Amino acid sequence: MDAVSSRTITVDVNGEQYEREVEARRLLIHFIRDDLGLTGSHIGCDTGNCGACSVLVDGVLVKSCMMLAVQADGAKIETVEGLASEGELNGLQQAFSDHHALQCGYCTPGMLMSATALLRQNASPSEEEIRKGIQGNICRCTGYVNIVEAIKAAAP
Amino acid sequence: MLLREVEYARPASVQEALRLLGSNDGARALAGGQTLINVMKARAASPDVLVDLADLGELRGIELGSDGTLEIGAMTTYTDIVESAEARARPILGEVCNQIADVQVRNRGTIGGNVCSNDPTNHLPPLLVAVGATMTILGQGGERSVPAQEFFLGVYMTAAGPGELLTKISVPPGKSDGFASVPIGRDGTCIVNVAASLDGGTPRLVIGCVDAVPVALMPDSVEEDAVRASVRGANLDPPADVHATADYRRHLAEVLALRAVALAAGRN
Ligand SMILES: Cc1cc2nc3c(=O)[nH]c(=O)nc-3n(C[C@H](O)[C@H](O)[C@H](O)COP(=O)(O)OP(=O)(O)OC[C@H]3O[C@@H](n4cnc5c(N)ncnc54)[C@H](O)[C@@H]3O)c2cc1C
Ligand code: FES
Ligand code: FES
Repeated sequence: MDAVSSRTITVDVNGEQYEREVEARRLLIHFIRDDLGLTGSHIGCDTGNCGACSVLVDGVLVKSCMMLAVQADGAKIETVEGLASEGELNGLQQAFSDHHALQCGYCTPGMLMSATALLRQNASPSEEEIRKGIQGNICRCTGYVNIVEAIKAAAP
Repeated sequence: MLLREVEYARPASVQEALRLLGSNDGARALAGGQTLINVMKARAASPDVLVDLADLGELRGIELGSDGTLEIGAMTTYTDIVESAEARARPILGEVCNQIADVQVRNRGTIGGNVCSNDPTNHLPPLLVAVGATMTILGQGGERSVPAQEFFLGVYMTAAGPGELLTKISVPPGKSDGFASVPIGRDGTCIVNVAASLDGGTPRLVIGCVDAVPVALMPDSVEEDAVRASVRGANLDPPADVHATADYRRHLAEVLALRAVALAAGRN
């Protein structure tokens, strides 16, 4: 296969199939937000430091500003929009609301995806494990205490 | 931030990847992208062609040989190493990989990318020198092995030259290893890090973040005086930046060398 400057990719995002032509240089976060119009995932830093753009790609937590859209060809992507169903928050989202785990909310989509990945791997994480699990996600508002509480409460 | 226009290829075989890398001066291998994509955003480098190694299954995975040697494919992620039962044959590997950045970076970043980028603050260059790893490099002209100590040539420069691929890293058996660092934040970029290994007779100390390449030292013994003398004798000339003065880095190198040796000795 030769090198190309754009190609058609197929992805499954939150259970829906999309086929789009993308430039090779396009970051996955820009594809998700600007091409697919799913603006739940945020761009905080654009340098891989803040985690606001975190999504799951084939079940693996990644920062979508650190990956090209063409690299996700054929993948199953999960974003924050996929958490609620039929207008109902899921347990983790409800726990964030109940525990005041957000103030401005900018970090929340990424935090929710990191917590989702953590809870799938470890159903009852310790505080230490929760903190390690969300280390790649920066929150400038809450001081993290309530985020940790919410994730603890969401653990079944 | 937008990247400059670039071409992308996702070869299905190592030979194909080598052909793509060899046929264009501006071609670069793309591993986990956790350094390269940032470098491209900042336009510190603007490759013409990215050769994504993601589909090269033979570059990924960990095998434990009957003599205890671990063979780790260059595309193996930090998370793969942390979770691998085989990798526990040399426990320090998983322990240090688990200190790199965060879950997301560990899920994408690869052992090969870590050493090929040879950022002087990275965790793995000093560690792999200390444990006596060997790098296997494949190019159009064939395959060769390079000891880790000779692999690192300068900042962002290694023995894997243009058009070549690092395919695997072999780590001999051993367990008396230690790693000590002062990072920025809990598991962040290191200000200074030191890896020590006491396997194979003479103690080996390797200091990161103080020079363009890891600084390898062989103290006469693991006694405090000998370790201090060997670090002082290296006349380190570390960089100064917003995180630490050169003097403070020199101080850290000595203190962390003692800690790394103590950790390694505790595992004899
Ligand atoms: C927020 C953040 C924090 C980080 N913190 C740390 C940290 O604390 N410690 C640390 O060690 N690292 C840290 N890193 C860097 C991270 O570990 C990178 O993953 C690593 O430096 C590069 O690995 P990669 O697989 O992502 O390689 P890439 O970024 O894909 O490639 C890096 C370079 O190596 C070349 N290359 C890659 N693989 C090969 C190969 N097989 N053969 C030949 N050339 C190859 C590429 O062409 C490129 O030039 C951090 C990164 C981020 C984004
Ligand atoms: S926007 Fe991706 S990590 Fe900050
Ligand atoms: S709630 Fe504002 S950044 Fe986290």
